[in-house]
Amino acid sequence: MDAVVDMLRWLLEPGTWTGPRGVLARSVEHLWISLVPLVAAMAVAIPAGVLSGHYRRGQAVGALVTNVGRAVPSLALLVFGLLLSVRVLGLGFSFWPIVFALFFLALQPLFTNSYTAVREAEPALVEAARGQGLSEREVLLEVELPVASPVIMTAVRITAVQVVATAPLGALAAGGGLGRFIIDGFGQNDDGQMLGGVVLVAVFALLVEWSVTRLERRVIPRPLQGRTDASAVAAAGRAA
Amino acid sequence: MTGLLAQASGGIRWSWITANLDDIWEATVEHLWLTGIAMVVGFAIAMVLSVAAIRYRRLYGPITATAGVIFTIPSFALFFVLAPFTGLTVLTAEIGLVLYTLLVLVRNTVAGLDGVPEDVKEAARGMGYTRNRLFLEIELPLAIPVIIAGLRIATVTTVGLVTITALITFGGLGRFIIDGLQQNLFVPKLVVGALGPTLLALALDGLLLLLQRAITPWSRRAAAL
Repeated sequence: MDAVVDMLRWLLEPGTWTGPRGVLARSVEHLWISLVPLVAAMAVAIPAGVLSGHYRRGQAVGALVTNVGRAVPSLALLVFGLLLSVRVLGLGFSFWPIVFALFFLALQPLFTNSYTAVREAEPALVEAARGQGLSEREVLLEVELPVASPVIMTAVRITAVQVVATAPLGALAAGGGLGRFIIDGFGQNDDGQMLGGVVLVAVFALLVEWSVTRLERRVIPRPLQGRTDASAVAAAGRAA
Repeated sequence: MTGLLAQASGGIRWSWITANLDDIWEATVEHLWLTGIAMVVGFAIAMVLSVAAIRYRRLYGPITATAGVIFTIPSFALFFVLAPFTGLTVLTAEIGLVLYTLLVLVRNTVAGLDGVPEDVKEAARGMGYTRNRLFLEIELPLAIPVIIAGLRIATVTTVGLVTITALITFGGLGRFIIDGLQQNLFVPKLVVGALGPTLLALALDGLLLLLQRAITPWSRRAAAL
């Protein structure tokens, strides 16, 4: 239990929190290295998933993305991010390697869930909308998308938590963020700092989950709220 | 783009791979062992929990809720949390790996057993099957496709997580990633460490699918959860 005492001592020390290497500065870094890839992946994967779900196209590609996406370990994603950033694009260490890695990580659950959510929107509803003379565009934007929104938002929430929880790996590529405390603590045999880092990451992940839940209430049409689908959890099923 | 790629791959000693096939093979075997132990232990625990959850319905909620909470802890963090208490040992790695298999395995096993049609069970009871025979000869075989679907997801996840355990212990092929990072981005090691587990995961996934088709020839479609 010494480690736990060390952790509390580390967390209570004022020097832990302030300065350019303090918890507050590292939290801001953590937010950036998580938010940039998450938003980018959402911008790519959700429209792609929604459109291929609507047109019932790209099932083979979708299945491939899902299977291969699940099979690539997060540490391997970091390697690809590193090689892409350092060797191919010349963007160097620290920020971009983990951002690329998290972008790749987020693509699969977002795409798979958007695709499934739209494809499995109640057929009777879609049929009724077509019967009322709604155009393809209107069917997609006014029926399928709102109906699919609970599942899509669940996927966003789970993905956001996954991204935030995987972001500490970036510290292996000389990156910032809260992972620094875990990696540095481990490297310096400082269990207190290491466990403190783990706790901070967990708290950060919970805060992110809470924020996205708040966002869900604004995005999802009121009658559909509370219908968050367990299948989204299953489709994202991959430990970070 | 090709120029860029050529420049990016210039000066990489790919010959390291052919010169170190022995090491790579050894790490692959270690990777398979770490995965295999976790899968066997995880599967055994999951079967017990699933059967308990089916016989005593009230347990299902708490069991899946607990497993679900464990599943959301970042693996990276879990291994580091265990390390001060259980040391940098295989045990630490395996505890984490086994815990991560439980949610998917229990959920799929229970779903598979629940999915056995009531009239089939009724017919078997009518033919005089005892509860144990009913379970072993009717319910379990019919649930196999869904159980194996769970095993496939859990195996793929575990192969990936073994890579992470390289941070605290052996880690199979993941060790090459850590080495490659420490040796000033030694690309061949990084590529082996990253692509190796991916291919291993895909291969094991395919093998389990073939196994399922072989032992349940009556069902071509596995209900993947």
